[in-house]
Amino acid sequence: MENIIEIKGLHFAYESDDEEKKPVEVLKGIDLDIKKGEFVAVLGHNGCGKSTLAKHINAILLPTEGTVTVDGIDTKDEERLFDLRQCAGMVFQNPDNQIVSSIVEEDVAFALENLGVPYEEMRRRVDESLKAVGMYDYRLHSPSQLSGGQKQRVAIAGVIAMQPKCIILDEPTAMLDPQGRKEVLATIHRMNREQGITIVLITHYMNEAADCDRVVVMDKGLVVLDDVPEKVFSQVDKLKAIGLDVPQVTELAWELRKAGCDISPEIISEEECVAAIEKLFAE
Amino acid sequence: MLRDITIGQYFPGDSIIHKLDPRFKIVITLLYIIMLFSGGNYICLAVGAFFTFGAILLSRIPLKMFFKSVKPLVIFLVITAFLNLFLMTTGDVLWEWKFLKITDKGLETSIFMIVRIALLVMGSSLLTYTTSPITLTDAIERLLSPLRKIKFPVHELAMMMSIALRFIPTLIEETDKIMSAQKARGAEIDTGSFTTRAKNLISILVPLFISAFRRADELATAMECRCYHGGEGRTRLRQLKSAPRDYIALAVTIFFLVLVIVLGRLF
Repeated sequence: MENIIEIKGLHFAYESDDEEKKPVEVLKGIDLDIKKGEFVAVLGHNGCGKSTLAKHINAILLPTEGTVTVDGIDTKDEERLFDLRQCAGMVFQNPDNQIVSSIVEEDVAFALENLGVPYEEMRRRVDESLKAVGMYDYRLHSPSQLSGGQKQRVAIAGVIAMQPKCIILDEPTAMLDPQGRKEVLATIHRMNREQGITIVLITHYMNEAADCDRVVVMDKGLVVLDDVPEKVFSQVDKLKAIGLDVPQVTELAWELRKAGCDISPEIISEEECVAAIEKLFAE
Repeated sequence: MLRDITIGQYFPGDSIIHKLDPRFKIVITLLYIIMLFSGGNYICLAVGAFFTFGAILLSRIPLKMFFKSVKPLVIFLVITAFLNLFLMTTGDVLWEWKFLKITDKGLETSIFMIVRIALLVMGSSLLTYTTSPITLTDAIERLLSPLRKIKFPVHELAMMMSIALRFIPTLIEETDKIMSAQKARGAEIDTGSFTTRAKNLISILVPLFISAFRRADELATAMECRCYHGGEGRTRLRQLKSAPRDYIALAVTIFFLVLVIVLGRLF
């Protein structure tokens, strides 16, 4: 499979206004390739640089050193900035702070309006996007009448309307209740499955990461683990050392293993766990 | 208490007045103001009143809403009336006490002024009662768009207005939350003298402002992510199309305006 996002030797430091202070280095050399259609979770605790990394993918921030290429476009190429942003859409944590218009359908149309898409085409794409996230019935509502999960789905619709090849979601569920979280995750997974959109999901919920194709773990501005969820979560010691938890079932399996039971460390779902424990009892 | 605040007081509906193109409504309102101030006699005023109440009836919004719109201006009306009443010294004297004097001309002018201003307020309320703020913003942007040629930032102004409208409910909710949080910490917001209350208000305003700036920063990034780059080359989802009824409404208004001017000359 072709790579859609290629990150090579990415360093980034925030310049401080105070010249005497040294710039704070947030990203310290990241190499990461993401394939088309992949669903990647980026894990890491606060301040590890995962949001900063996300902002590099659609040129909100530019690398101090190294390159970021998305679908063949270098993020430093100012001439193709809008192509790049159309190709890599971004959804943020707080749904309230990314909705621009007082009417749902107009907010979904915002990016298309900016890109100068003609009316008929815009109408069609707005309706399609709203249907895709299941918010079509709310198209004439005001965002303030919606729940957090609904608002976040509207924000996703606004990105999908651009017909992006990949979507970067920066902790999209952090401010939602469990119901809203479920709605949003189901929507993202459907986009990935049905439309083949590459998803980069930044999160600190282990359960969300467990459902992905691939998990990238970051710590102190570096990628420390990068593998399928089973392999990443089986390294419980390493994850705990950098202050991350593992899904409950993985931890249970790990504890059982420590206690001398013969159980696979690569358990990430409840079903797997139940099956494995049943097998233990049967023996 | 904060939830009661409404901006522009829009009453949704589907009357013919609601359906008029907002651009035409703004122009009609301007013509209407000119109409009220160009007629200098009672006949003109009666025609103006007829036009106002006709439009109000068509909008199917209860008449009492329009009387309510005049209410905040009562003091202003009273002062205007008194000034006219006592400062007008021409005409026959009806009543006199020391230096105060009421003449029939003065009485006439003050009644005339009250009716005229009341009509003005009621008629312009019709605009905001039947047009949602966001449509109004949109119409203003389009009406002012010729000013873009002289580098007047029309799009930017309209964008600021619509973002402000979008964030009013959000910030009201936030203020409510901050107030509860400060009350829980023992702040007295509803009690105490005026100065203590004003001082305590700071404890609400500071966090509110900080959060508003943070929101603004995040919103700006989100807008950039969705390729916002000002008004250049922008297309719109909301299409404003003028229908025959808009031209009819405009023609009727112009007819009334001419009528008032003619009547003003004749009598």
